[in-house]
Amino acid sequence: MSVITDQQPQDPPPGLRSRTRRRVADPAFRWFVTLTGTSVFIILAAMVVRTTTEAWPIFQHQGFFGFLTGDRWVSGGSRSDDPADFTGVYGAWPFIYGTMVTALIAIVLALPLALCIAFYINQLAPRRLRKPLSYTVEMLAAVPSIVFGMWGLFWLVPNVLRPFFTWLESWAGGFFLFEGPVFGPGYLAAGIVLAIMILPIITAIVREVIAVNPLDQQNAAYALGATRFEVMRKVILPSSFSGIVGASMLGLGRAVGETIAVMMLIGSTKSWDSSLLQRGDSMAALIASLFKEATPEGVRGLMAIGVALFLFTMVINVAARLLVWRIGRVAGDAAV
Amino acid sequence: MRNWRAKTAALAAVSALALSACGSDSDSNGDGNGGNGGSGDAAASEGSGLSGTVTGAGASFPDPLFQEWIAEYTQQVEPDVTINYQSVGSGAGVEQFIGQSVAFGSSEEYLDDEALEEAAGARDCSAVQFPVVFGAVVIAFNDEALDGLVLDAETIAKIYDREITNYNDPAIAGLNPDMDLPDQEILPVHRSDSSGTTFVFSNYLDKEVPAWSDTYGASKELEWADGTLGGDGNQGVAQGISQNPGALGYVNQSFALEAGLSVAHVVNADGEAVAPTLEATSAASEEAEVPENFQFTIDGIGGEGYPIAGTNWIFTYTCGYDEATTDILKGFWTWALESERADELANELGYAPLGDELTERVLAEVEKTNSEA
Amino acid sequence: MSATSDLKPAERGAGERTTPTGHRPLRETQGNAARRAVANRVALTVLTVAMVVAVIPLVLILFKVASEGLAAVGWNFFTLDEPTYRVEEAGYRAGFVGTAYIMVGAILMAIPLGLATAIYLVEYGRGRLASFVRFFTDVMTGIPSIFVGLFVYGLLISSGAIFHTGFSAFAASLAIAIIMLPIVTRSSEEMLKLVPDEWRNASYALGASKSRTVLTTVLPAAAPGLATGSMLAVARGVGETAPLILTALGSRYLVTTYFSDAQGAVPLQIHSGAMQPFEAGVERAWGGALSLFVIVLLLVVAARFVGSRANKLG
Repeated sequence: MSVITDQQPQDPPPGLRSRTRRRVADPAFRWFVTLTGTSVFIILAAMVVRTTTEAWPIFQHQGFFGFLTGDRWVSGGSRSDDPADFTGVYGAWPFIYGTMVTALIAIVLALPLALCIAFYINQLAPRRLRKPLSYTVEMLAAVPSIVFGMWGLFWLVPNVLRPFFTWLESWAGGFFLFEGPVFGPGYLAAGIVLAIMILPIITAIVREVIAVNPLDQQNAAYALGATRFEVMRKVILPSSFSGIVGASMLGLGRAVGETIAVMMLIGSTKSWDSSLLQRGDSMAALIASLFKEATPEGVRGLMAIGVALFLFTMVINVAARLLVWRIGRVAGDAAV
Repeated sequence: MRNWRAKTAALAAVSALALSACGSDSDSNGDGNGGNGGSGDAAASEGSGLSGTVTGAGASFPDPLFQEWIAEYTQQVEPDVTINYQSVGSGAGVEQFIGQSVAFGSSEEYLDDEALEEAAGARDCSAVQFPVVFGAVVIAFNDEALDGLVLDAETIAKIYDREITNYNDPAIAGLNPDMDLPDQEILPVHRSDSSGTTFVFSNYLDKEVPAWSDTYGASKELEWADGTLGGDGNQGVAQGISQNPGALGYVNQSFALEAGLSVAHVVNADGEAVAPTLEATSAASEEAEVPENFQFTIDGIGGEGYPIAGTNWIFTYTCGYDEATTDILKGFWTWALESERADELANELGYAPLGDELTERVLAEVEKTNSEA
Repeated sequence: MSATSDLKPAERGAGERTTPTGHRPLRETQGNAARRAVANRVALTVLTVAMVVAVIPLVLILFKVASEGLAAVGWNFFTLDEPTYRVEEAGYRAGFVGTAYIMVGAILMAIPLGLATAIYLVEYGRGRLASFVRFFTDVMTGIPSIFVGLFVYGLLISSGAIFHTGFSAFAASLAIAIIMLPIVTRSSEEMLKLVPDEWRNASYALGASKSRTVLTTVLPAAAPGLATGSMLAVARGVGETAPLILTALGSRYLVTTYFSDAQGAVPLQIHSGAMQPFEAGVERAWGGALSLFVIVLLLVVAARFVGSRANKLG
């Protein structure tokens, strides 16, 4: 095993650059890869510019903050792109709210579970079982989201969640988060399935983060007589903290952008409600469900929702990356 | 570099593919190349020599039927013909028709004079529109005991407005004097995606109930009242209905027939409570008053007709098609309107073919396609 | 773990156990040892239970998809189109071919670009530009796939599109490629970094230029690892549904054009099949779900296999 460094490999000694063909080929190659490297900016910029241009008349029609805070959504039928001709009302708040609530439910459920699994695999599982166990959890990431949606709609909601919600409502219905009536599909149903969906990515990153925790520190704690639990809680957890926060932000970003499964399970209505048992809609799901029959004006409305969703995930992601970066590069976070 | 050869081979394969893709591009009207699967049927050799490809786009409400019609026509009647219908939605269908990117368009709403003018301006000749099939929207229940419950427009509107929230409400009891109504909270379920089904349903309430047109109107997506549940597609609504006691929802007639749901009888303009059968939908199509220009909505249905019904228009131009496209357009829609097999398929799928008199008028309209060329 | 602490209650407090220097272990001098031991037991049990809980949904999903889907998958499933949902004799040929079309295009776009970017980052990238590229590549991983779909729709399909192609396999390929690109870049970067510097120096010593070194020494050495990353990216792309709704639109018939005409795909066909009433169509949707899962799983397993071989070579 070679030593892995973050340093750049060395350049060839200058004396060797002599032949003419090489003098052309080498810089050409260099320019070529540099150009492709910068293509990421071009793609990102094109995405932002293209969608914002399409959405611009909606922002003009509604005002940017009016768009973000409005709580009515009525697609208009106009075919023109002049905001003065628009007949619809575009308020994104119910969908922003639905996106936040479902993603938060998902992270609240998935994070503790992911922490436990990561610690189990990393600290408790017999060495031989570690790889198989982590592959098993990561197999969940191999299930396409449409399959999660079908499974949720046809099996999980009617057989498990609905009875559970009914019990929850009868037991804690007075509390504003669990107010009835019980529907089955809703914020909580979508959030629970999202939690299952983001579990593998959070687990994978947390596992990587706690794996890089220096063994010396752990051994030192054991030498002081600490129990296993104390080593995990007082040694590994604090030093992995920012990495874990970063992991959950990445999971959150995944949950926010998830479309098909949420669309099938959130019980889409264009309103919002404080109770987790109620129905709502998320930004991504709204785009997918209204797109097929949308008028030209409606498509612009959906573009505007897309821009809002992009900004939303951008904030989460940049924050997450900055946090993860602080603890150093985490290998494998881009995988699956 | 062992990989290099494999990579070059793959590249070559794809560029060949791209070239053939460009090569198969045809005329401006129908550059679709849907290809038809399993057309090698031995019995399918009775075609009259029509061949070519036609692309259409539009409404999703009649999509299951259109697909079945197209499959039958291109496999059994004209094996060399390919028709590619994309259910992109009515809005996009009209857009693409006026934008000249498809040979025919389709929508649950007729083109109004303004849109017709726009279409004419885009092609230097006028557009033709004609209805081809009727479909009904039915109210389905979770509780089998409620099968046959009578509802009228007013009551349905109030249920969806959450004004009536229980099955033992006096308004429902008044319509169902002989029925033992349960003390059960009503949960109205609606389509959450934008759909023609929602348009037909809300258009009915919009025409019949003034209070509805004030708050909701007729549209493919509405702002539903609090306390209602949304479902993605007909299946989503059906799941919402079957999973919640007291639920009722509106779905396509074709869906309800296939899924065997318990359905409501709806009171029509003549005060008759009509069960949503295919005969009743056909009757509705005969009851509807259709003006010369085919710009109509189905409302005020009486007699034996089931009142919550909608139709689907097809749009073509009177010029600008090449001969093959013209023949396929006329041939296909004439077949769809005239042949018994097409009517049979419509019935199997829960759509109602047009009545005889209307069929005659529509056939005359179909003939106008490309007539000014 | 080299240091395992044994806290069996019988051993705790079993008389004086002093070290040669006379010190007693910390855990024996503290009075709360029993409480700590219990906390430890509880916590370890919780971790074990969590592991079991996490596996349950996977088992349930696999069972449901396999039990519903196996009946639908047969020869016909791969060789026939699905003209209508009602018919029994139908299959997902259109979807499989469409998915293959879309993925081949996406792979040809994403992998060379991602690889070149990774080469830039590892071999040439220095200073601020490189860290910006790295950062924004990471950020790109988090962009919702539906937004990518909207972008491609605005670029290639909408009436205001700049390069108008309409719904097509190409549009779908582009969207999937954008989703795959950052995954390919980042995993390739990791793999290129694993190639020891000594190998590069050896190549230089033989008189090779930098570009030649990269192409003939670094890339072949990292090849298995690069393949792993690319396969994982493909696995991610093949199951995407949301962007396809906006770009490929779907087709139930075989479509052989690439740059025009709505194209089918397995995830799209599953979605529309599951949302209609006909028994045969819903069953095929489960069959589609099963085959999609198996495809993704095979890709992931193959990637792991290649990857583990790469580790041994490195």
